[in-house]
Formats: sequence, C-alpha cells, structure tokens
Amino acid sequence: MDWFFNFPHMDDDALRNLKKFIDESFRAFTRAYGDAIEGFFSPLQTFLIYSERFMTKTPWPIITLIILAIAWAGSRNLKIVAGCLFSLLAIGYFDMWDDTMRTISMIFVCTILSIAIGIPIGIMMSRSDRLQRIVNPVLDVMQTMPSFVYLIPVVMLLGIGKVPGLIAVVIYAIPPMIRLTNLGIRLVDKDVLEAADAFGSSSWQKLVWVQLPLALPTIMAGINQCIMMALAMVVIASMIGVQGLGQPVLKAIANQYFTLGIFNGLAIVGIAIIFDRVSQSYGQRLQKHREIIHG
Amino acid sequence: MADQRFDGIKIRNLYKIFGPNGAAHVEAVRNGLSKTELNEKFGLVLGLKDINIEMPAGCIQVIMGLSGSGKSTLIRHINRLIDPTSGEVLVNGVDVVRMNESELRDFRRHQTAMVFQKFALLPHRNVLENTVYGLDVQKISRAKSTEIAMQWLERVGLKGFEKKYPNQLSGGMQQRVGLARALSNDAPVLLMDEAYSALDPLIRMDMQSVLLGLQKEIKKTIVFITHDLDEALRLGDQIAILRDGEVIQQGTSQDIVLRPADDYIANFVKEVNRGRVIHVDAVMSPVAAGHAVNGATVMSGSSIDDAMKLLAHGSATDVTITDPAGKPLGTVDLKCLAAAVVSSH
Repeated sequence: MDWFFNFPHMDDDALRNLKKFIDESFRAFTRAYGDAIEGFFSPLQTFLIYSERFMTKTPWPIITLIILAIAWAGSRNLKIVAGCLFSLLAIGYFDMWDDTMRTISMIFVCTILSIAIGIPIGIMMSRSDRLQRIVNPVLDVMQTMPSFVYLIPVVMLLGIGKVPGLIAVVIYAIPPMIRLTNLGIRLVDKDVLEAADAFGSSSWQKLVWVQLPLALPTIMAGINQCIMMALAMVVIASMIGVQGLGQPVLKAIANQYFTLGIFNGLAIVGIAIIFDRVSQSYGQRLQKHREIIHG
Repeated sequence: MADQRFDGIKIRNLYKIFGPNGAAHVEAVRNGLSKTELNEKFGLVLGLKDINIEMPAGCIQVIMGLSGSGKSTLIRHINRLIDPTSGEVLVNGVDVVRMNESELRDFRRHQTAMVFQKFALLPHRNVLENTVYGLDVQKISRAKSTEIAMQWLERVGLKGFEKKYPNQLSGGMQQRVGLARALSNDAPVLLMDEAYSALDPLIRMDMQSVLLGLQKEIKKTIVFITHDLDEALRLGDQIAILRDGEVIQQGTSQDIVLRPADDYIANFVKEVNRGRVIHVDAVMSPVAAGHAVNGATVMSGSSIDDAMKLLAHGSATDVTITDPAGKPLGTVDLKCLAAAVVSSH
C-alpha cells in the first residue's frame, strides 16, 4: 500500500540523470552559442548605455524640464504636471536622483522594445485565430512563471549585466502589450471595417487608417500596463546587475535597512504614478471623439 | 457624371446558403428544398434563393423586405462583401463573382460606393477627412480630394461642418457625411443599405428629398434597401419585394400598389397613402374625341392627391389629364378619385 500514501515517483537516479542531462545540454549550448547570442544583443547594450548616459549626465534641471514637457504634452493637465514636479524634486532632495534616472532609462528602453516587438505580434495575432491559439499559452507562461526561474537561463547565456536584466524585464512586461493590441484590433467596430472594405481599402490601408487608430486607446492601456509591470520588475532585475532604484532596495533587504528600503520603494512608486497618470490621461484624450455626446 | 455607356446591374440565378459547404445543397434548393427543411436537416441557412433582377443604369432600384428577408445580404453581393454560393452578378457587363482580389478591390474603388445604416464613419477623422476616405484609398492627392469633398459636402448641406467630428453631429447629419463620402467616389453605382432607417421620420423625408434632388443630376444606378414601403414607393423607379430570400414581386410603384402579387404584399399596401402614390393615369377614363380642355388640368404622371387638391379647392367638377405637349389623355372626377384612394381590400 506504499503507492497509496506516497506518490509513486520516477526513480531517483533516472530523475537525477534527466536533470543533469538537460543542464549539461543547456550548458553546452551556452558554450557553443553564448558569444553569438551576446553579439546579437550588443546593439541593445549600446542603446541602453547611451540612454543611461543621457539620463544621468544631463544636468537635472534640463531632465526635469523634459519630463514636465512630456507630462504636459501627454496629459494637458496642470495638476499632473505639478505632481510630476513635486515627485521629481522630492526624489532629488532625498539623494536618489541618479538611481532614479537609471531606472527611468531602463524602463524607457524596455517600453520601446516591448512596443516594437509587442505591437507587430499583437497585429499578427489579431489576424489569425491559429496564431492566437499558439501565442496565448506562451503569454500565460511568461506571466505566471516565477521571474527568478527565467533569470537562470538568461544569466547562463548572457552573464550578469544590463542586457540580461532588460530581457528579463521585457519577458515579464510584454504580455499585456501583445494581448491588448490583439484585443483592441479584434474589437474594432465591424460596421466600420465593412465600410473600409466597401471602399476598396487594401489590408495595409485598413490597418493604418482604421484598425490601429480605433484600437489605439486599448493599445495605450497595454503600454501603460507594460510600464507598470516593468517597474515592478526593477528590484528583481537588480539581482542580476541592473543598476537603479532596485539595488538600494536589495541592499536594504539584505541588511534590514528599513529607511533605505522605504525611501527607494517610494521613489519607484513616485515614478510609477507619474508614468501611469500621464499615459492614462493621454489615452483618455485619444478617446475624445469616440464618446457619444448626448443632446 | 455616370458613364453614359454604363450597362446597369444584372443579377442572375443568385443563391446564397450560409454555413459550411452550402454549395452542395444549391441543387436541392433549386429542386424545391425549403428554407426550413434545409435548416432542420443540414443546419444551413438559406439566405437568397434564385434572385433575378435587372437594374437599368441611371435608375433607383429599391429592394424592400422585412428584417431577415435577405435584403442586406443581397446588396452585399453587388460589391461582393458577401460571396454568393452560386449565380452571377453582372455590373456593367462584368461578373463580380469571378473577380480576383485585386480586380475586386479596383472595382470597389471605382465602380461602387456604399452608404450604411449605421453610418460607419471613422470616429477619429473629422467630417472632411471622412468624406475623402474613398479618395484616400484611391491614392488621390489631398489637395484634389479636398476640393471634390468640399463640393459634395456643400451639396448635402454640410458647409461649415468640415472640422466637426462625427460624434458632434446628429444622426441625420452623420448620414449626410456618409452620403457625401459615397458621392465623392463618383462611382456609377451607389449602394444604400437601409441608409435612412436609423433616422427619425422627418429627417428621413428630408434625406429622401436630398437624394431625389441629387439623382436628377447625377443619374447614378442606385440600389436602395429599405424595410419601409412608403420610402420604397417614394424613391423607387423600380421596386423588388423580398421575403425569406426570394423575390415575390418586381415592378414600378404603380404595379405594387395596384396589382399586389399576393396577400403578403397586399397587406403592406393596405397601409400606404394611395392618394400620394397612385398616378391619375391609372384611374382616368378616356376622353371622347375632340374633348375640349376646359378648366383644371394636370400632367400625366401626377398623383391622385394633386388632382383632388384641384377639385377640392376649385369649382371644376372634373380634371383633364394631359401629356407634356398639352394633348388631353383622359379625365377624372371626384368620385373615381375617391374610389381609387379607398383600398379595395
């Protein structure tokens, strides 16, 4: 009756050998192709370094002005701009400016990358039910797999540094981008699509003039989600060498520095709120002509 | 504007069966399998059955039917937004069904334009940008397309609204944009799918007048779908009545009102304002040779209402009907007019 109380599992030796075999194959793969893969990602490295240098080397008043200008352009709302200014000044006053700039630079690159990869995948998914059936479970895995787990192969392949951190963040942050692009395009009013067809639009014209503009508010929600999830990942990414607000938090955890942890944590919250409010109010402004005005 | 040599639209033996492998059942339907049987036995829906309609160039062809009669399906076969199961759709002599994708796109760009029940305007484009959509698709430069669009916007009464967005306009005005967008294409065929059904009655009358006024000039081949018999009778040079995917009567408004093909149509016709639809020609009694034209006259093709108005407000006891040259064709008196207005059913 032993099988009844203890789950009959694979033979210990066989299991050990299986794990060893997979590990060794992956290690061999890393040794053989690691350099090539690193070379493939090197433009990303350059982009990251360039962006980080811009954020940290530019004098703080200029950066502040740029961020405030973007906030104004996105939201057209003085309250949001004032909130931005207050958060940035507080972050600087508590001596977290450089780390914050590194984090913002990381989030910026990550968002650009997610948009560049996510929107085309989302578009392709919206056009093919079969692709949607294939991609959806992959996205589920990406979102639910504990992030530490996929840090392992990324670190094995690329070592410790900015690029592996970026990849880990993108893997975690890209699913909502893809999902919401797909959803947005699929939800475009069938009547309008039919009209576009009736006027003889090519599928490119239909995509650019009808589907993407009408899906834009949903896509904006995807970008917003993507930024939020990327920010949530900065602490984990700091474990593999990504500089920024995550590292002091990590240090605080290891050494029980309560105040250090809370200050940097609040700085992350601060920039998260800035990004969120600005991108959301931009999304809402896009909807201006979509609502039905009664009367 | 429309090509003088345009040959109209001919629909021949058109069948549409919705559902997988509908083509296998066309023969059975042709041999008498009914819509209900098809649905019960095979789970397929018979959309259209043996449609044959000839729509001459430059006329308004109305297709009338209640919801589920297949009228919207039928109009979508003309620009092949729906593929038929079998049959031919000849537009200007070319079979739309046989076109490949790029021919079809070209055909839709240059030969047809469509107006939709729910307007189907792009919410992120303003009125002018919506109007030029068809021209954008044809890759016509903005300068030229704007000029064309402005001209049509003015014609449909939207001058000054170019910069407004669709959600800032009432339903009637949105449909004017839809109409201007279609007219800007300057295609010989204008398809109007229940274009006025979403509008309230007064606006609808108004839009019907706009269309009739424009048609005098543009002389396009218009296919107009409606579920409203009054609208059909007012607009249609020719009317086809559809029921359960079949044409049950085709003809002019006079044919439909005076000689309904069956009880179903007779039932509809009962509610119609006959005085406004029936022409005096249908009820006049022939004049004796050498009959002198004295007192009230109306032109051939006038409605009974027109003649009755003359009698009601004047002192004459009968009205003479004349042809455009002034030659008398017949006479009517109040009694025969009244008899025609009171439905015989």
